[in-house]
Amino acid sequence: MYRQGRWTGGLPRYLKEIQTEIEEYAVGCGLDFFTTYFEVVSYDEMNEIAAYGGFPTRYPHWRHGMEYDRLKKSSTYGLSKIYELVINNDPCTAYLLEGNSLVDQKLVMAHVFAHCDFFKNNLWFAHTNRHMIDEMANHGARIRMYMDRYGVEKVEEFIDLCLSLDNLIDVHNPPMAQAYHFEEEDREEVLGPGDVPRLKAKPYMESYINPPEFLKEQRDKMNEENRRQAMFPSDPVKDVMGFLMAHAPLAPWQRGVMEIIREEAYYFAPQGQTKIMNEGWATYWHSKIMTEKALDTSEIIDYADHASMVTATSGRQLNPYKMGVELYRHIAERWDKGRFGKDWDECDDMRERESWDTGTGLGMKKIFEVRRIHNDLTFIDEFLTHEFVREQRLFSFEYNQRHRQFEIESRQFDEVKKKLLSQLTNMGQPVIRVIDANHANRGELVMLHDHRGVDLDPGYTTAVLANVNRVWKRPVTLVTRDGDKPIAARFDGTDFVEEEIETGE
Amino acid sequence: MNLRIHQDHARFREIVKGRIRKELRKYISSGELIGKEGDKLVSIPLPQIDIPRFRFGERNQGGVGQGDGEEGDALSDADAESGEGQAGSDEGQHILEADVTIEELAEILGEELELPNIEDKGKEKLVSTKERYVGIRRVGPESLKHFKRTYREALKRQIASGVYNPKRPVIIPVREDKRFRSWKLEELYESNAVIIYMMDVSGSMGEEQKEMVRIESFWIDAWLTTQYKGLETRFIIHDATAREVDRETFFHTRESGGTMISSAYKLCADMIEREYSPAEWNIYPFHFSDGDNWSTDDTKNSLKILDEIIVPSSNMFCYGQVFSPYGSGQFIKDLVAAFADDERVVTSEIPDRDGIVDSIKTFLGKGR
Repeated sequence: MYRQGRWTGGLPRYLKEIQTEIEEYAVGCGLDFFTTYFEVVSYDEMNEIAAYGGFPTRYPHWRHGMEYDRLKKSSTYGLSKIYELVINNDPCTAYLLEGNSLVDQKLVMAHVFAHCDFFKNNLWFAHTNRHMIDEMANHGARIRMYMDRYGVEKVEEFIDLCLSLDNLIDVHNPPMAQAYHFEEEDREEVLGPGDVPRLKAKPYMESYINPPEFLKEQRDKMNEENRRQAMFPSDPVKDVMGFLMAHAPLAPWQRGVMEIIREEAYYFAPQGQTKIMNEGWATYWHSKIMTEKALDTSEIIDYADHASMVTATSGRQLNPYKMGVELYRHIAERWDKGRFGKDWDECDDMRERESWDTGTGLGMKKIFEVRRIHNDLTFIDEFLTHEFVREQRLFSFEYNQRHRQFEIESRQFDEVKKKLLSQLTNMGQPVIRVIDANHANRGELVMLHDHRGVDLDPGYTTAVLANVNRVWKRPVTLVTRDGDKPIAARFDGTDFVEEEIETGE
Repeated sequence: MNLRIHQDHARFREIVKGRIRKELRKYISSGELIGKEGDKLVSIPLPQIDIPRFRFGERNQGGVGQGDGEEGDALSDADAESGEGQAGSDEGQHILEADVTIEELAEILGEELELPNIEDKGKEKLVSTKERYVGIRRVGPESLKHFKRTYREALKRQIASGVYNPKRPVIIPVREDKRFRSWKLEELYESNAVIIYMMDVSGSMGEEQKEMVRIESFWIDAWLTTQYKGLETRFIIHDATAREVDRETFFHTRESGGTMISSAYKLCADMIEREYSPAEWNIYPFHFSDGDNWSTDDTKNSLKILDEIIVPSSNMFCYGQVFSPYGSGQFIKDLVAAFADDERVVTSEIPDRDGIVDSIKTFLGKGR
C-alpha cells in the first residue's frame, strides 16, 4: 500500500505470478519499460488517486475534492469505472482496481506495461521528471507549509488563480528541455550598433554594389530589429506563465506556488499531447499479448466483453483508444505490405492498391519508430490516409447556426484531417503569447491570441483576464478576434472594456 | 477509513454551500431549485465553480466523429462532445450540478435569513418507550452476558494471578469476571407539526402568482421540516367553495369564478378540530391570495372563523398576499385591522418574485 509516501506492501501472490507471466510476454514483444510496481486498491482509493491525477501525495485543493465527487458519483451509478492508473515515474507505479476479474487484471497489466514503455521511450516525455512521485510529495509539503504560514484561503485562492493560467505554457519548448539560452550579448554581436555595413566600392560603382534601395531596406530592417529589441519582451513569449513568474510583482511564496503549478502543467502536458498514441499503443499491445499469448480458452468471453467496452464508440463520439489502436494497425499493415514510398504514392489503380503486397515486413519496426518520435499531431498528420478515413467512417462536424444543432459536415479526407489537426494543435488549447509587457510605457501587459478561425469563449476570457490582472497588477489586454473583427479585450482592475481594433495596414 | 481526499472533498462541499448561500436570493426568486428535488437531494446548477481558462467557444469548434450518417445529418450534443473524456487522466472537468440535501439547504436558508429556531412550546406527543442498552453491570441474566468484556476480565485476572499460559491460552471466566449489558427505558417524544396551505385559485390568480406561492411554500416546507420531526402538509384550494387536494393539484389547478375566503377557513377549521388537536400539534395555516374577496360579509365571516377557531389553535396564522393586476388587495387591510395587536397573525405582501425572500423572513422570522 502506498500511503503517506511509504511502501508497506506489495501484490498478493497470485497477482505476482500473473505479473511475472505478462512481464515476460511484454519483454518478448520488445517493449522496454521501467521497473513497474503494481498495487491493488479499492474503488474509493482508486477514485481518490484518480482525483489527485495519480498522485495521492499531491497538494490539497478543493478541485481534487470536486473531481472525487464526480468520479465517486459516476462510479456509484455505474457510469464509469477506472480499471487502472499508471504513473509516469521511474520506477513506474500502477494501480489496479480490486474488483477487476482475473482476466481484467491480466489485460490491465499488459496495458500498463505498454503505457510504461511509451512513457520511457516517447521523445515528448523525455523532459518529464521521472521522480515525480517524490516531487509531487515535495510540492504537497511546500503548499501545506505556505498554508500554515499564510492561511489556507489565501494560498488556495492563489492556486485557483495559477490553475486558471496553467494552459498558457509552451508545450513544444518545455523549460526543462531547453538546451541553450540565447544570451543578450550574442545578439549585440550579431547586430551591433551603428549603420548598415556597406561593401567597399569605388565611387562610380557605389550605386551598383551598394544599391540605395537595398541599403534602405537593410536599414529599415535594422531599425525594426532595434525597436523590437527595445521592446519587452523582445520576442513574443508563449510560456505566459513562466513570463509572469519571472516578471510579475509576486511575493516569494506566490512565486513558489506558481512554480509548482507550472511544473506540474509541464509534467502533464505530454500526456495530453499523446493521448491517442499512448492509449492506442497500450490497447494495441494488450490485445496482442492477450489474444496471442496470455489468454486461457476459458477467459475468452470475459476478455472479448471487456475489450469491446474499451474500444466502443459511444454514439458517434471519437474514441481515442480505438482511433489510436486502429491507426497503429493500419501503419503496421502498410509497412508489412510495403504500402509506402514513391511507387505506392504514385499508384492510382484502385485494384492494384488493394492487393498491394511487396512483403517488406517492416510493420513492427515502423510502429516502434512511430511511438518513439511522434505526438498525436504529427501522428495524424503523417499517417492518416484516405483508406483509413473511409474504413473507420470518420466524419467532421460543425455547429450549424441556422439549425441550432451540430451537423455532419463532411466525409472528405481533407476536411476530416484538417479538423483533427486543428483540434490537436497545442493540445486543443488556444495559442496565446505575451507580446508587450510595457505597453504605452505604462507597464501594461498585452497578449496576442493567435486566432486560427475559432473564437474564444467570451465568459471565460473575461474571468481569466481578471486573474492575469491580479497577478500582473497593471491593466492587461488580450488581442483576439470576434469572428472577423479584431478586438482588444482590456481589464484594468475594475472595468472590463472590449473594443474593436482599427487595422491600419 | 480516512482518505486524504476527504479533506479536499469537505472543502469542495464548503465552497458549494458558500456559493449557494451567496446566490440564495437569486435561486429563491428564480425558482430554479423547485422540481429538481428528489427524495432527499436537491440538484443545484452551479455554472461557475470550475476554474476559468482561455478556451475555445464550444459551438464554434466542431470536431471529428465516427460512424453512420450523411452530410448534413444532425448530431446529438453528446455525440458532438470531443471524445477526450474517456481516458482516466483528464483534469478539471467542470461540474454542472451539485447535490445538497434539503436539510443543508434549509440550514443555509436559516443562516442567510437569520431565522430563529422555533421555540418548543412543550407540545410533546408521547410516541413510545424503548429499551436501550446503555452500560455494563456485574449482575444480570446469562442471555445478556457481554462476551468480550467477560473474556477480557477473565484474561486480566488470569494474567494477574499467573494462571495464564500463552502456550495453551485457555480462558475460563468465574462468576466475578462476568459482565452483563444493562439497559434503560427511554420515552420517545415527538413534536409534530402540520402545515395547512390554503390558496385562492379564482380567476384573478394567474400562473405567475401561483408560481410565487409554489416557490414560497417550497422554502417554508424545507425550513419547517428541519424544525420538526414528522411534518405533515395539507392543501386546500378555494374559489367560491373550498376543497382539499393533493400537492400536485394544489399547484396546478386553475379555476375561474369568484372568491369566498370563508369557505377555505371553514374547511381548515374543520380539519383542525377533527384531526389536529392543538394540545398535540403545532399548527401552521398559511393562506395565499390576491386579497380580492367576494363581499364584505364574507370577509366578516372569515375573520370570525379565524378569531374563534384557527388563530387560537395555531402557532401562528400566516397570510401572504401576492400582487395581481386584477385583485383589489383589500383583504390584507381588513386582516391587519382586525388583528392589529395579535402576534399570532402574520401578514406579508409579495409584490413580485424578489419579494419572496422577505416574505419568508416575515413568516419564519418570528420563531413561533
